[in-house]
Amino acid sequence: MSTEAVGRPRPKGGGAVPFRALLWRFPWLRPVLLLTPPMAWFVLVYLASLVLLLITAFWSIDPFTTQIVQVWSTNNFHTILSDPTYRIIIGRTAGLAALVTITDIVLSFPLAYYMAKVASRRVQNLLFAAVLLPLWASYLARVYAWILILNHTGVLNWSLQSIGLPAANIGYTNTAMWLVFSYIWLPFMIIPTYAALERVPDSLLEAAADLGARRWRTTLDVVLPLALPGVVAGSIFTFSLTLGDYITPILVGGAGSQFIGNVVYSNVGIANNIPFAAALATVPVVIMAVYLLAAQRLGAFEAL
Amino acid sequence: MSIGFWSGLALRAWAVLVLLFLFIPILLIFFYAFNTSNIESWPIPGLTTKWFVSTWNDPDVRTALLLSVQAGLAATAIALVLGSCAAFAINRTSFFGRDAVSLLFVLPLALPGIITGIALNAFFSFGGVTLSLWTIIVGHATFCMVVVYNNVLARLRRTQGSLIEAAMDLGANGFQVFRDVTLPLISTAVVAGAMLAFALSFDEVIVTTFTAGAQSTLPIWIFGQIRHGILLPEVNVVVSFVILVTIIPVVIAARLTGGGGTARVPAAR
Amino acid sequence: MGVRQAGWIRLGCSAAAAVITATACGSTAAPAGPTLLVPPTAKLAPQTSIGAGEGQLNLVLWDGYADKTWVDPFTAATGCKVNQHPAGSSDEMVSLMKDGGGGNWDMVSASGNATLRLIYSGDVKPMNTALIPDFTNFQTLFQSPAWNTISGIHYGISLQWGPNTLLYNTKKFVNPPTSWGVIYDPANKGLVTVPDDPTFIADAANYLSKTKPSLRITDPYELTQPQFDAAVALLKSQQPLIKKYWTLPTDEISLFQNGDVVVGAAWPYQTIQLQLAGAPVADTIPTEGATGWADTWMLATKATHPNCAYLWTKWVSTPAVQAMQALSFGETPVNTKACAEMETRSPGSCKQYHADVPGSYFDNLKFWKTAIAQCPNGNTNCVPYDQWVSAWTTIKG
Repeated sequence: MSTEAVGRPRPKGGGAVPFRALLWRFPWLRPVLLLTPPMAWFVLVYLASLVLLLITAFWSIDPFTTQIVQVWSTNNFHTILSDPTYRIIIGRTAGLAALVTITDIVLSFPLAYYMAKVASRRVQNLLFAAVLLPLWASYLARVYAWILILNHTGVLNWSLQSIGLPAANIGYTNTAMWLVFSYIWLPFMIIPTYAALERVPDSLLEAAADLGARRWRTTLDVVLPLALPGVVAGSIFTFSLTLGDYITPILVGGAGSQFIGNVVYSNVGIANNIPFAAALATVPVVIMAVYLLAAQRLGAFEAL
Repeated sequence: MSIGFWSGLALRAWAVLVLLFLFIPILLIFFYAFNTSNIESWPIPGLTTKWFVSTWNDPDVRTALLLSVQAGLAATAIALVLGSCAAFAINRTSFFGRDAVSLLFVLPLALPGIITGIALNAFFSFGGVTLSLWTIIVGHATFCMVVVYNNVLARLRRTQGSLIEAAMDLGANGFQVFRDVTLPLISTAVVAGAMLAFALSFDEVIVTTFTAGAQSTLPIWIFGQIRHGILLPEVNVVVSFVILVTIIPVVIAARLTGGGGTARVPAAR
Repeated sequence: MGVRQAGWIRLGCSAAAAVITATACGSTAAPAGPTLLVPPTAKLAPQTSIGAGEGQLNLVLWDGYADKTWVDPFTAATGCKVNQHPAGSSDEMVSLMKDGGGGNWDMVSASGNATLRLIYSGDVKPMNTALIPDFTNFQTLFQSPAWNTISGIHYGISLQWGPNTLLYNTKKFVNPPTSWGVIYDPANKGLVTVPDDPTFIADAANYLSKTKPSLRITDPYELTQPQFDAAVALLKSQQPLIKKYWTLPTDEISLFQNGDVVVGAAWPYQTIQLQLAGAPVADTIPTEGATGWADTWMLATKATHPNCAYLWTKWVSTPAVQAMQALSFGETPVNTKACAEMETRSPGSCKQYHADVPGSYFDNLKFWKTAIAQCPNGNTNCVPYDQWVSAWTTIKG
């Protein structure tokens, strides 16, 4: 990408010239200089803390004093892999995260399609603002509102009973968590899907119609593949945010609703067993690493 | 694009239902700001405006709100500078390991908050750093940076490189190109990124729990109130206030960016 | 990877490694397992007099422990402004007080299942009981209880206590239940709640100590492996009956209020709040006895306002404040002189809260303490607390 035209008149000014010459002579200097501050932050703060956490996972604590014993061992990982409880908890967490992601895709796609392709410009703006607005209402307040809706004498049961249906006692169950998670992360799925759909040129759709494709065919063969990166980008958020959450299971979950995050949190808080918490924390990291690699293949990073 | 009558109707109905789904809990939050009882139960026992007065006079609310705004602004400022730098560097350059770097930049948002939280907490305590407003800002800036980076990068990808080259052909030096051509092109993406970053920081509770000392940001205050249970309607008042205050900026941001910052893309490139 | 990028990453890694090794060398683990463990702060001599107040006091405490009614007069008299950070559970308190309070907190109102952990991690330091005039009026048990006094050194001053009661819906249970068996009864499936706290294993052990004497459980906090396994098995069989494990008192209040549960383990605080809100509940202590909690004000090792801390402890130990706190929160004072004060404020309350009981009353009440591997008979095969925590995770499912 050579951008300097030959024979360009030399600019005025003294000291600035050698620097620009440097940038021209070594074009890779520009991205490196730009990248240094953020990379420094990332490596020295973020990565260093993650590495520290990983190292801690191989340590253990002294049961008397709860101080960390810096003796290398893989006991923590062995416990996680052998005890069936942790497998159940990990399975529940990942499973619900996947279910929430699918639910949000189903809920958001028609809305995003409507916003991107059917609505007028003004309605488009209004709807976009309407989708963004719930993000400004505190996450905690919104989850708490759902407790009000789902509990034994809440809005849901009251509505069902007033039209003669039996009460659906889904308060403090995994079903309740599924509902609440799908609700909370919905804007995170709608926005990238909408952005991706908006980028699909109308001319492509018209061309498909000209070639004889019916509406469903067009949607399946043209729109969906082009919207896929956006959908996958949104799924990164819904999946990872559900995978790591511990607050919603505490507020809305019941018995048998523990998530990976809850066990990590209780090990950090109660037992001060940071090594075990760190070991367990590597599980969602590994899951997300796999997910992100797959997402990158599907082009999601271009659509974030 | 033409769409059949029934399909259009179905789409509209679906959109309405999803929007109802999104907003009914928020309407409940508004409604319960007027609750006479401090216990949330359905149906609502009675209505009163006394909580508005008590929230206005509550010093803890003011402190928490102020702290959240301060942390948000500082984190967003840092994120703007560092995130944009990174986006410029990644865009249109290719070096071996670029994919690894872009993967790295997604981590703070992709990894669960509790991991970032306990990692930073352990890091600070090993480094002997006392938890304070600054540690909160460090935690927030890390994921805010990613949000700004994503937005700016997405917009840079959509800008035509030929515009930059044309400007240079016309004699502009690097700085002038940046100021007069690039910046206006990405300005709306920067604003959108900043707004989203501020929103994330403002509502963040998990990482903040682990990086705050004696300080209470607004979400931490809300969490405390949910446990206390005595001043629950004050939470509803504060949240309603925040929603109302942010309606205007959000509408403006929507108009500037995704709502149609660029017209529907004409022909595919 | 380009040379430059690799270079930066290498630099970052070595920086990280340097940080880790430099600071990790500072923290060494205390030697494990001899028969009598000495807390790290045992040698720190407490101050011998109370100096001038520092103008501020930062407290980690249960909600309601620093109510305006007795905080305002305190601030007016001493100039110490009180900042409170309410914690929802003992575990949270332990977590907040890490590293001696970190310079953020001066005192913590720790319950018995947190005190030993705080003491043995060196997060709290010895206090001088001579500086608290009302100490001599305390109920004997609470002057030097096992959960805050080790080898004669006081690591805090007792504050108030209360039992873990059986809370029930009076409409569902017309006659008060007489046994803890109701919370283990499959007939109440989906209608039970118990605390989300590994210490609850002790409650199961206490129940088994009366219903399965063959296990020979004498102290529910010092369990051998077979005794521990029996308690865990009981709780696992209880899990399908549980609607929700309550983490905060307000959780349990909502559960009873909305009719989600009809019976459960609770504190008197929940009973009082529910009755104030008109809910049809009552509580009782069944025949098997119960566990109990006793709170201690402890001084953080890195407290920055120790004088205000001592002034506060003096203040809340006086009979009047003890009575006010007991009536406001729903607990029982440790100061025997508080009984009279409670009677003037609320006649009959002294008896209702058992503030006038003799020492023998506490024989059937097993106060919280942290389980450590050291058994009373000198063996070290009792199950320590970190295994209680991992077992609790498997119980909840």
